Amino acid sequence: MIPAGFEYHRPTDIGAALSILQEHGDEARVIAGGHSLIPMMKLRMADIGHLVDLQDIGELRGIATDGGTAVIGAMVTQHELITHDGLASAIPLIREASLQIADPQVRYLGTIGGNVANGDPGNDMPGLMQCLDAQFELTGPDGSRTVPARAFYEAAYFTARDDEEILARIHIPIPGAGTGYAYEKQKRKIGDYATAASAVLISVQGGSCSAASIAMTNLADTPIWAAAAAAALVGSSLDDAARSAAVAAAVEAIDPVSDNRGPVEFKKHVAGVVLRRAIDRAASRAS
Amino acid sequence: MSKMHVKMTVNGKAVEALAEPRTLLIHFLREDLKITGPHIGCETSHCGACTVDLDGKSVKACTVFVAQANGAEVTTVEGLVNDDGSLGVIQEMFREHHGLQCGFCTPGMITRAHLLLQENPTPSEEDIRFGIAGNLCRCTGYQNIVKAIAASADALNAQKEAAE
Repeated sequence: MIPAGFEYHRPTDIGAALSILQEHGDEARVIAGGHSLIPMMKLRMADIGHLVDLQDIGELRGIATDGGTAVIGAMVTQHELITHDGLASAIPLIREASLQIADPQVRYLGTIGGNVANGDPGNDMPGLMQCLDAQFELTGPDGSRTVPARAFYEAAYFTARDDEEILARIHIPIPGAGTGYAYEKQKRKIGDYATAASAVLISVQGGSCSAASIAMTNLADTPIWAAAAAAALVGSSLDDAARSAAVAAAVEAIDPVSDNRGPVEFKKHVAGVVLRRAIDRAASRAS
Repeated sequence: MSKMHVKMTVNGKAVEALAEPRTLLIHFLREDLKITGPHIGCETSHCGACTVDLDGKSVKACTVFVAQANGAEVTTVEGLVNDDGSLGVIQEMFREHHGLQCGFCTPGMITRAHLLLQENPTPSEEDIRFGIAGNLCRCTGYQNIVKAIAASADALNAQKEAAE
């Protein structure tokens, strides 16, 4: 389990990191927490000539939650997401989901940036970010641009990020007070990717659902933001029929494949179960 | 690929060496520094036998390149003994509560428990089980490991109170 050799770089600002990427093109890759990339390198499924470690770039760190938007640096770890009280009170959904990622050791090093930018359909953050309508701030040689999470994922490991760009920050609108939330994940064991997972936000006004957002994880080659499922809830009293209609719409939107986590029919079944639980919990928290 | 100059503090001692950047931290510790407390179990970031403390984070040393740990402070199970070389509190509690059978996972368990108890000095049984979820034990069924960590928390808190 020894990876092929590489040249190691540890730049201290984004500009320096970008020039290394430009200089070496396809041969260079950035590394954040490394808990997706290093296993791939050990299996020799990723061959990297120049490894650009982002750990010393201070501007990629930090969490700010003032002004209606949470801004999270790409190098913020899952552990930091969980232990940041300001973020937990602004967007408790992030703590609830982060606690279900991998195991403690992985969460100390695994970053939100790596998790969203890697494009692995098994990762939890992409669906979560779609549910929250996050915006990804990418920095490249020509400056910065922002891509919505809901438009970022093209296929497994293919995203809207160009090779010469670095994900710098994630901007997340803070949901209004009283928004119900839930992240529900079915996995075979600690550390496993989801068999099925679901992120749900529900707002209620005057006894009926005024807004909803639903995203599904590891049930297609990208996360699935299930607009039709959310639409089935909006305007309803969140009665059983509306909840069942939302589940049916989401199961219609996913496209799981058969693998060692089970056949397609099983995954669709589990997807429906986790989504129903997530809707029930989010609705019970909405006020 | 060329070797790089690596400097870090391991169990309180400054260490300098030449190493290939691709060297995994666990191999550097065991083969270059001959610190063999952290074990290689699965080598695929699942089992946690290689857990060490890296700048106040519990990490699996099989999934960190030595280059990433350059400049860091590393503590292994060897660094958790008392100043006089006798067993530290957590080590002693694992012995007393029979928190091991074959002992292979123990260095990782104890190193993980060390940081867990720093972050949460009064954990519930559930906190302990959740906190050691990245460390696999194939012998004990975890019961005595959980007891040993709970007893460590009590002993450490008593020690702290006595000192105050």
